[in-house]
Amino acid sequence: MDQPIVLLIVAAIVFMLVVGLGFTLRVNAKRKGLRDRRSIDADVTGELKIDDISEAVAKEKEATRGSEVPTEPANRLVRLRERLAKSNSGLGRGLLSLLSRDNLDESTWEEIEDTLILADVGVDPTTELVDRLRERVKVLGTREPEEVRGLLREELIKLVDPTMDRELAVSGTGDDPAVMLVVGVNGAGKTTTVGKIARVLVAEDQTVLLGAADTFRAAAAEQLSTWGGRVGVETVRGEEGADPASVAYSAVERGKSENTDVVLIDTAGRLQNKIGLMDELGKVKRVATRPLGEGHEIDEVLLVLDATTGQNGMQQAKVFAEAVNITGIVLTKLDGTAKGGIVVAVQRELGVPVKLIGLGEGADDLAPFTAEGFVDALLD
Amino acid sequence: MFNSLSDRLTATFKNLRGKGRLSEADVDGTIREIRRALLDADVALPVVRAFTGRIRERALSEEVSGALNPGQQVVKVVNDELVGILGGETRRLNYAKRPPTVIMLAGLQGAGKTTLAGKLAYWLKSEGHRPMLVAADLQRPNAVNQLEIVGERAGAFVYAPEPGNGVGNPVQVATDSLEVAKAKLHDVVIVDTAGRLGIDEELMQQAADIRSAVNPDEVLFVIDAMIGQDAVKTAEAFLEGVDFTGVVLSKLDGDSRGGAALSVAEVTGKPIMFASTGESMKEFGQFHPDRMADRILDMGDIMTLIEQAEKNFDEKETAKLQKKVEAGEDFDLNDFLTQMSGLKKMGSMKKMLGMMPGMSQYKDQLENFDEREVDRVEAIVRSMTPAERTNPKILNGSRRARIAKGAGTTVTAVNQLMERFTQAQKMMRGMTRGGGMPGGGGMPGMGGMPGMGSMPGGGANRKKKAVGKKKGRKGGQSGNPAKRAQQAQALEDKKAGKTKDPVGSAFGGVDLDGDEEFDMKNLPKGFGGMFPGGK
Repeated sequence: MDQPIVLLIVAAIVFMLVVGLGFTLRVNAKRKGLRDRRSIDADVTGELKIDDISEAVAKEKEATRGSEVPTEPANRLVRLRERLAKSNSGLGRGLLSLLSRDNLDESTWEEIEDTLILADVGVDPTTELVDRLRERVKVLGTREPEEVRGLLREELIKLVDPTMDRELAVSGTGDDPAVMLVVGVNGAGKTTTVGKIARVLVAEDQTVLLGAADTFRAAAAEQLSTWGGRVGVETVRGEEGADPASVAYSAVERGKSENTDVVLIDTAGRLQNKIGLMDELGKVKRVATRPLGEGHEIDEVLLVLDATTGQNGMQQAKVFAEAVNITGIVLTKLDGTAKGGIVVAVQRELGVPVKLIGLGEGADDLAPFTAEGFVDALLD
Repeated sequence: MFNSLSDRLTATFKNLRGKGRLSEADVDGTIREIRRALLDADVALPVVRAFTGRIRERALSEEVSGALNPGQQVVKVVNDELVGILGGETRRLNYAKRPPTVIMLAGLQGAGKTTLAGKLAYWLKSEGHRPMLVAADLQRPNAVNQLEIVGERAGAFVYAPEPGNGVGNPVQVATDSLEVAKAKLHDVVIVDTAGRLGIDEELMQQAADIRSAVNPDEVLFVIDAMIGQDAVKTAEAFLEGVDFTGVVLSKLDGDSRGGAALSVAEVTGKPIMFASTGESMKEFGQFHPDRMADRILDMGDIMTLIEQAEKNFDEKETAKLQKKVEAGEDFDLNDFLTQMSGLKKMGSMKKMLGMMPGMSQYKDQLENFDEREVDRVEAIVRSMTPAERTNPKILNGSRRARIAKGAGTTVTAVNQLMERFTQAQKMMRGMTRGGGMPGGGGMPGMGGMPGMGSMPGGGANRKKKAVGKKKGRKGGQSGNPAKRAQQAQALEDKKAGKTKDPVGSAFGGVDLDGDEEFDMKNLPKGFGGMFPGGK
């Protein structure tokens, strides 16, 4: 085949498909604008209660009064620096640098930056974090690298957010079993994770049923049933090459009829840029809960992320979130030298909490995720 | 997504225009951008440092500062360096002088060793060898089963004396396999080992034992293209543990930028020998350093695009279309449908658009591109009768209304598509008249091509329609904007045919300015003349 003609055809088709883009965008923008305006209207027409107003006034008064209370000397300096740091004037900046010449040399900062980059946190989040840290160091007048590390730890923990709900949703609704779907790219450790979760659940006296919806990879179903067999959990399997959605469906159906507590569905690994496979996954999710009747959504969709994954992890999380609306992340292979820093960015961007971590091939090497532990390992 | 390095560098150099020389500060800014781009692509930090150091030196030299366009020159230098590292030494597999040749696979868990074993066997078979697979992964549940199935698919014998799942001694299995291979006359033995971590001393020792037991001719280190900063540590650990002789990059069909390739090649100095690009047996092949360099730099990947297109397009149909185009006939909607089905197989439109050079400037728009748009367009075309597809000119108002109904969309959408189609036709015509598309020369034109230039044109076209409508009402004719638009298009075509039709602009700007002018001045007159005639 001639290359130019192929390119030409691609160009022509792409052209036809995409030229409308600008147009659609504009329409969308307009629509969005309309919606915004509407929401403003709603605000205006909404009633303002007298109570609200008086409360707000009281708050304001309190705030002004508060600033007049003399603060402690050390604090005052901090506050001054804080104000200077916020001001954008050249004078303010100059004063600030005069007041708080940070004695940390560039190499310390570089070291901090390197730690984060080496942990796969990514350039953008790292730069942002270090900038914020620099500001805080200026404000607080800290000079000790050790203290700075403490601050960094604090900032990181804030970023990872220890307050997030990291419980697995395994209670189900009413008598129906809870349905959990495990997704991820090839080789991330989905099947192993499913096996380990089943063990944990069995240990908690829950009845579990496994669904081997990985009908693609050779011997994936066997791998899963080996895991299940070890803890006396049955596995619903389809034929190799069967529709994974049908396997998921029959697993849930059987779980319902047997009054199982949790149905765990393992899916085939797929790279997030394979549209067809992502669609297939969407279908598995849609079809799986059908035996439970209308309105019952899947209780938990776990994305398995390999800790060795670099910046591509973000892309993975985004696409999987779009396709099946993930509700939690399992970070696997943390027993190696990889730190899995990409989840910091992922969690921040998507708001999906990391719920579990995988620590090896042993049957019980699965642990709940803790923000502090993770951050300490990151900075280690 | 991040902007490509070339975009960033272009932006950096924008302020430098007119300066004859690059100052040190300019170079520093450039180096920062390169560093970022590499880190974003997951190149390991120590490698990035060494790399940027070299670039810096070269950037300060005459070679760059003397160039007319320092920005492009720096990109070129970066690219050269990348290719230099990645392709330092490409070599073929070493076969033993006295068979069997032993190939051992090693890597982290989930890197893709077992799958690769099958692919390697398949490939070796197609090269005329008799490969045998050895199941020495006795760790992971059912890894042995998986290898057996993979071996069956590849049509290779699998030596699996142990059931696996923690039972059996992999060193023994590997040792025995050599005798079996000799007895069964297999000339290549591929030993699949269990995945292991670099820091797991016990397992690394086991791998080293397997290595010394079978004395392999090649030890291939399989590494996931998605791996991040850990690549260096892992590679070093494996180099120390099993002293691998070559690297295989797996999962390259994903959308990771694959900086790991650079890290591993630079740190270990071992050549990357193969790339694995999919789940089926055939998707395995030689590693192309130049393409990898482009990918790391996110510079568009026109070669891969063409290759994929060739793989997915129906060859007969394409040949037919080529003849047609060369004969000066127009590309019609039937062709569009058949080619689009090929295009759809290639995966996401976004990704493909990203592969076209020069498209990165439209990244924002691309991000917002709704993939379902493709289906909507297809629905419209499929709602047409075959006659309409061959000759879209017969589309009148009622036909358009029917099509819109059939596709569950509006007449406006149909009109827009037809307008775009006419423009695409024009584009094709212009290009063939220009003697096809010269490989290099035509490329830069691609930058402006995909009609993005006509984004404002969307507005212009709408304006045109609005004008048409108004006129129609004034004239008291029954409102049939579709028909009028069609007439207008016919006229437009005619005009375009008569007047200047420079190849470049047919490709690049789609003559929007001309259209606009036509709207404002010629439409009323044209209408008067054409409309009754059309009826």
